Amino acid sequence: MGKISLRQVTKTFGDVEVIPALDLDIEDGEFVVFVGPSGCGKSTLLRLIAGLEDVTGGHIEIDGRPATDVPPAKRGLAMVFQSYALYPHMSVRKNISFPLKMAKMDPAEQERRVNAAARTLNLTDYLDRRPGQLSGGQRQRVAIGRAIVREPSAFLFDEPLSNLDAALRVNMRLEISELHQSLKTTMIYVTHDQVEAMTMADKIVVLRAGRIEQVGSPLELYRAPRNLFVAGFIGSPKMNVISGEKAAEHGAHTIGIRPEHLLLAQDGAWSGRVGVAEHLGSDTFLHVHVEGLDPLTVRVQGEAGVSHGDAVRLSPMPEHLHRFDENGLAVR
Amino acid sequence: MLSPAVLLLLGWMIVPLSMTIYFSFLSYNLLMPGMEQFVGFANYEFFLTDPAFFEALANTLLLVGGVLVITIVGGTALALLLDQPMWGQGIVRILVIAPFFVMPTVSALVWKNMFMNPVNGLFAHLAKGVGLEPFDFLSHAPLFSIILIVAWQWLPFATLILLTALQSLDQEQLEASEMDGAKFGSRFVHIVLPHMSRAITVVILIQTIFLLSVFAEILVTTNGGPGYASTNITYLVYAQSLLQFDVGGGSAGGIVAVILANIVAIFLMRMIGKNLEA
Ligand SMILES: Nc1ncnc2c1ncn2[C@@H]1O[C@H](COP(=O)(O)OP(=O)(O)OP(=O)(O)O)[C@@H](O)[C@H]1O
Ligand SMILES: [Mg+2]
Repeated sequence: MGKISLRQVTKTFGDVEVIPALDLDIEDGEFVVFVGPSGCGKSTLLRLIAGLEDVTGGHIEIDGRPATDVPPAKRGLAMVFQSYALYPHMSVRKNISFPLKMAKMDPAEQERRVNAAARTLNLTDYLDRRPGQLSGGQRQRVAIGRAIVREPSAFLFDEPLSNLDAALRVNMRLEISELHQSLKTTMIYVTHDQVEAMTMADKIVVLRAGRIEQVGSPLELYRAPRNLFVAGFIGSPKMNVISGEKAAEHGAHTIGIRPEHLLLAQDGAWSGRVGVAEHLGSDTFLHVHVEGLDPLTVRVQGEAGVSHGDAVRLSPMPEHLHRFDENGLAVR
Repeated sequence: MLSPAVLLLLGWMIVPLSMTIYFSFLSYNLLMPGMEQFVGFANYEFFLTDPAFFEALANTLLLVGGVLVITIVGGTALALLLDQPMWGQGIVRILVIAPFFVMPTVSALVWKNMFMNPVNGLFAHLAKGVGLEPFDFLSHAPLFSIILIVAWQWLPFATLILLTALQSLDQEQLEASEMDGAKFGSRFVHIVLPHMSRAITVVILIQTIFLLSVFAEILVTTNGGPGYASTNITYLVYAQSLLQFDVGGGSAGGIVAVILANIVAIFLMRMIGKNLEA
């Protein structure tokens, strides 16, 4: 079980409204990712769900029961913190069994669960070490271990991978997804990395200044962003945004076209000059300067065969053109 | 090669130490100048077999232990209180530190005359106010009174060190333990106290050094009395050499005190020194 509903939840710190009234439903077993720029209230929202912050207004329900006034320990949720928040003076074993000890669980059962978690997370060899003697990735796994032994109804992750290097991050991303597949427990995951969001989520919640901009599956957000903010936030490299005359030709105030949907074509509608070309091997990102527009990013598969200063013509794929009105909302 | 600094430091310590050792083997009384002679370990024998020595030894340990207990427990409690967000935090913190800036002689006099005096003292007034007989602290519980005075002086130091330790505790650890279901008591025992153990060790070590040589408070309040009830080793050495003019005996006492301090130090390092390792 792990169904969480927020009803008109608000949060203010002093007189600063961080979360204006917000509704959200998280289904049992879902992997939900909160994304948004720094300071948009992702952590605050997660902490409201965890019970570490009190809501200013509104209600939170967990599994259909009101949880607004339930203390954090009683909500049946487990949280993995960005700094891991391991207990430095306890061994890995003690760290992982701490929540069980607090629940006064039978020692034999504690032992069994700790060993099972350690096996799942490849920590068996490190059980007697202190957190200070572990690498970043191992610490991360201990933090996750401490969360899974409780068998919570949902996991809350606050940017769990942001302290890891790029390679390890990819690994841990897979491990967490794997864990979700095997446990089938609800997971709420905060990140500002849209790649993590796209690759892990069943459902992405895009936040801006405490407001939900759009909720949907990764592909829904990619294919049909509801507004310019979501369009710019989801997808890498960023969607090209064009307004003015060229947008008016397509009957919109602003148009957006993703780099992978711009083609180099002899008879393309827009002519420009190639600036910087970024070669990734599999792809090349061309920055093309078109008269009267910001530089456009074009994604070309493999090697592009064009170099700095070349004149090129670009043609947007019409079926992938996004149209927005003067308020930045998508027009369909 | 000994650097000049080491030589200077050695000279600084070795000259007085060796002079004290030298005097401790002499029969040297200020009332009989020119009569000094070598007497071997007689001064030590005299000092160590004096019943006053054992009383003073016990008093010293009680004084150190009592003050440590009060300051660590009280300091932790105060630090927990001061760590809560409250109105006028800055001023309250300065007020808490204030006793540390009062000279021992002054604070002992204030306690003696304004608080513990059986006729005019505040405690006497309070006792009379609730219809009790005033208690003459300094003559009926002299050691306890001195422990109280010294503890009052050292409480701010302990509080300050423990407060900084408390403030350096990662909030996320506390929140994590809260989510793990730890109540206030378990959080304190399992998270806060282990985090503060290093600071507590530092407080114990530093205070022990100073508490072994408490002197002014005793001189000003009880003069070590009644009898030897509030005499510690430091005061005994003073009484021996300057009240009885027996420099030889005093020096022997001084050396004994140094040895005792080292025993205490070794004992402490054995017991809690491991807390200082990273
Ligand atoms: N305890 C607090 N008191 C006052 N303001 C706060 C407090 N906690 C957060 N805020 C404010 O609330 C806003 C949202 O903060 P939050 O930590 O939720 O952002 P975030 O989306 O997690 O950002 P990041 O990606 O940088 O972690 C910020 O503007 C922050 O300044
Ligand atoms: Mg955050």
